[in-house]
Formats: sequence, structure tokens, C-alpha cells
Amino acid sequence: MTDYLTIAMPKGRIFREAVHLLLKADYQIPTEIENSRKLMIDVEREKLRFILAKPVDIPTYVEYGVADVGIAGKDVMLEEEREVHELLDLKISPCYIAVAGLPNTKINDVMPKVATKYPRLAAKYFREQGEQVEIIKLNGSIELAPIMGLAQRIVDIVSTGRTLKDNGLVEYDHIVNITSRLIVNPVKYRLQDNRINDMVVRLNQITQGV
Amino acid sequence: MGDLFTFEKPLGLRDTVPHIYEMKAHIESCIVEEMKRWGYRLIETPTIEYYDTIGAASALPDEKLLKLLDYEGRSLVLRPEMTAPIARMAATRLLKENQPLRLAYSSYVYRAQHKSEGTPAEFKQIGVECIADNTVSADGEMIALLIATLEKTALNTFQISIGNIQFVRVLFLQILEDEEQTQTLTTFLYTKNDVGYREYIKTLSLSSKNEQRLLDFLKLRGHEEVLEKASALLEEGEGKKVVRQMKKLWQVMMDYGVEKRIKLDFTLVSQMNYYSGVLFEVYSDQVGFPIGNGGRYDYLFNQFGKNTGATGFALRLDLLVEAIGYLNSNKPRLCILFSEDRRKEAYHMSKEKRAQGLHVVLQDIKGVTHLDTYKDQYEETILLIGDAERTNT
Repeated sequence: MTDYLTIAMPKGRIFREAVHLLLKADYQIPTEIENSRKLMIDVEREKLRFILAKPVDIPTYVEYGVADVGIAGKDVMLEEEREVHELLDLKISPCYIAVAGLPNTKINDVMPKVATKYPRLAAKYFREQGEQVEIIKLNGSIELAPIMGLAQRIVDIVSTGRTLKDNGLVEYDHIVNITSRLIVNPVKYRLQDNRINDMVVRLNQITQGV
Repeated sequence: MGDLFTFEKPLGLRDTVPHIYEMKAHIESCIVEEMKRWGYRLIETPTIEYYDTIGAASALPDEKLLKLLDYEGRSLVLRPEMTAPIARMAATRLLKENQPLRLAYSSYVYRAQHKSEGTPAEFKQIGVECIADNTVSADGEMIALLIATLEKTALNTFQISIGNIQFVRVLFLQILEDEEQTQTLTTFLYTKNDVGYREYIKTLSLSSKNEQRLLDFLKLRGHEEVLEKASALLEEGEGKKVVRQMKKLWQVMMDYGVEKRIKLDFTLVSQMNYYSGVLFEVYSDQVGFPIGNGGRYDYLFNQFGKNTGATGFALRLDLLVEAIGYLNSNKPRLCILFSEDRRKEAYHMSKEKRAQGLHVVLQDIKGVTHLDTYKDQYEETILLIGDAERTNT
């Protein structure tokens, strides 16, 4: 199996865009891959093995080297701080991380609370602002937190702003822009340099045009 | 905090059972014996050091250090690596008139782990330091010795990437305004963030030629051909000297016939900020992390009042064991099972066999409940029971 290059792909939102990008870079991937329920798919003629993982887990698979390369959101990389090599901005799935809350509200200065899926990233942001806040980790439907009074602010990913609006929330600050990145295990980056360089060149040609 | 289970150990610390111990010990001895054959002499330093001396000199980030207090309230650290303690020891006790000194060690080091539960906080490093020899031959010896030690283990495939931190500094200082920009750009290298590196360059309003030089730098990876490209990126002056040194090093590698194991990679930098010239990492495709690293550190000795250079490397035994995988453990060969009335005979037989160098277990048969499974542990069992003549199985 050593001549296969293993790519960790994020299931869900980014997956389709990532496959589309690889197709444009002339990787011969069967289109069935998009509808498959398998978590591991080998493409023999390209000597590629795809593994489909939850987006937050991609940097972990790559850090440990069980996947050689991966496609991961910058949000996940900032949160996970894994020891991986970030090679290329693929410029897909653009969005940003923002601070949001109910309109015309202030952070409670008795018990300031922030709900988020990104506790490390959120804590760092508020530390840098010199604000002491309590971070509450949630796993989804973050918009509920200000509505229910669990927290005055949320730190979450925003792509169109639609979800915020539908739930009566407004943005207070823009933290960082997010796109998907091509990442590689630092050991594989040096052992498989030819194949990985080739992938970088091919993907770079596509993303430069975006 | 809840009560501890009686079998719990502090985070990241492990027990080693016999067959794992034997594997580790075997690999360790292969490596250490080879180091000795190259004339390196083993030393030990204390497990616990002062935070203000070794902690400060060690170049590992503070949160990686395991700290304690002594009875006077002074901060101590469990040594996080061996290079700084050895530099201290050499500077104060061993270095005579800056004559080259070759030292080796096989010692446990300690790193605090925050991210993943159970990541080793204690692991053995096996390494060498070649002190007060500033020649390219000494740099070459490190890499040749690293290869020789790994070839003595059962590790079949591995690769070494060599870089030079001084080249990075010289190139960046030629192009960038100041120390601060150089630091920032170098940080992108050691956080392995190529995207951030390229974005940062764009913000600097450099001439297009200089921007291209910094982008081309990221491609300085490969074999001999990289040396010319590296040279072309530099302006005349001190910098060229660094490339000439790397050329010489490559020549040494060719002379030693080890160039097939090696790639050049000028983008390689290290978080260990005492490195000052050549530096390298060694990789095996069985493990996702470098199994060893090393390089030249010419300024560390200043902290201990000596003006001399040194070079060295360290291998991580735990990762090496993982890379090599299971070895046949050498279980004790022979077991003599005896009944009480023949105990004396059994003892004298074991003494004889031990004198021949065999590992012999002497076991009273009354202490064994399942004879067959017990016997399975040994290559050979001798039964000395009752009046019967001795039976081999």
C-alpha cells in the first residue's frame, strides 16, 4: 500500500467542492465517490486512497500520518493547533469567524459568557482584546445561546449571514477569514515529496484562477 | 478531583512489560554499541535540574517543561532534553583547551503534554554530542553516524533531510528590512505555514525580484542540484560561505557513500532555537513524526562561559520501536521444574547451565497450577520430578 497516497477528505459541506477541485486538477476520480457511503475509497489508476472523515478530525489524521495529506478548513486548524504543514490555500468554502449576539446588547460585565464551537480560538480572541470571559463549549445550533440567555455573545462561522439573521442576531466583530487548506504530514512532506509537489502544482494552477 | 484508581499513573507515563522492555533494550544496545565503536563515551546527568539554568538553556517552550519546587521553594525542571545539560557538564568539567570531545547518552527526558491524553511525557533519547570540533567533517560525522546506528537496527527505510538555519537567516536579512520581519517570516517556517508565509510576503511591498527570491526559497528541496539554486538566491558576501559549507558537506556525504539516504531541504528549521548552522531530521514512513533530529549549535556554550561550537543528534527510542515494529523477543530459554526431593539436583543443574551463559528459570512444580501453559513460555523445559530419570520436553 505504500505507493498509495492517502487523502483525508472532509465529509459534508466542503466535500463536494473539494472533489470538484481535484477533478479540475485532472485527478481521475469516479463521480460515484460523492454518493458513496464508504469511508475509505481506493482509486487504483491514480494510486490514491480517499478517507472520509469529520472535518474537525482531518488535521488529526494528518498529524499522526495515517493520512498523508488532507483538506481542512482553516477554522479547524486554528482550533486544533495540530502539527501539520499548511501548503496551499485552496480558496474553497470561503467564510469567516465572527462574534455575534442579540442587537443592541453589551457583554455582561458581571458574568460575561461566550458560547462557541471553537473554545480555543474564542478564548484567544477575547484574551487579545483584554476581556475576561467565560467560554461555554457547544457542539451545534450556537445561535440558540444568546436567545436562551446562556451567553451574551457567540463565536461562530458565518458564510452568508442567513442563519444569524433568521435568528435575530447581529455581527459584532469579524475575527478571521476562513477557506480550506491543503495540509500534509511533515514526515510525508519530505518522504513523498515528488507526489506532493505534483499535487501542489496542479492544485495551485486551479486555485490561482479562482 | 475524583479519587485515583490504585493502578493509575500520572498523565503520559507508562509501564514497560518484559517483552516490550526487551525490544527496547535490544534496539538501544544496537545503537549505543555503534556509537561506542565510533569512539563516543557514555555519560549521565541529573534527571532534575534548576529551571533557571537548564530550563532557560533548553530552548523548549515553557509550557513543555515539567516543573517542581525544591524544599527552599526554588523551581526545578525534569530535564526536557540532553543537549543543554551536556553542554553544562562539558563546559565545567571536561573541556580542556577546546580539544574535540565525543560524548554519548541514552537517557529519559520529560515533556509536559497538554493536547492529547496519554502522549508520552517520558521517553528515552539516545544521542551524541561532538563538542569543540567546528569542521564540516564533524557535521558529516553526525549524519554518517546517525545512518550507521539506524542501519544496525532492523529499520529498513529511513531518510534524512538536511537544512541550514544560517542560510535562512542570511537570505532573509539580505531581503528584509529588519530583525523583526526576519523573525516573523522564520516563525511561519517553523509553524509550517506556507500559506501564511506567502501572504506575509505580499504585505511587505518588496520588489518583484525579492518577492520571487522568497517564493523560490520554499522550493529549495531535493538533491545536489538544490545547492546551485540556493547559491543563486544569495547576493555575494558572507552568505555564499554558507552554501560553500553545504557543498562541502554534500561532498563528505558522497565520500562516505551515504548520499542515497539524504535529501537537502533549506526550508527545514527547528523549534530548538539554539541551532546555528546545519540541522537535520530523520524520518521513517512507519511513523508520522520525525524519529530523530540534530544539528550544529555554536552559541549554547556561551551560556556556560565557553566560546566553542558543537554538533550532535538524538533519536527517540519510543518512536524507533514503533517504526521497527515487533521483534522476536528472546524469552528465557530454559526452565527446570523440580519436585521438592530433587531440589538440590535441580539447583546444581541450573548453576551449571547458567555458567554456560543460558538464562535458566528454576521453578518448584508445586507452585505451578497449569503445567502446559506454564511450559509454553520456554523454549525448553526440564522436569526433575520423583524417582524418574529426567525428562526433556
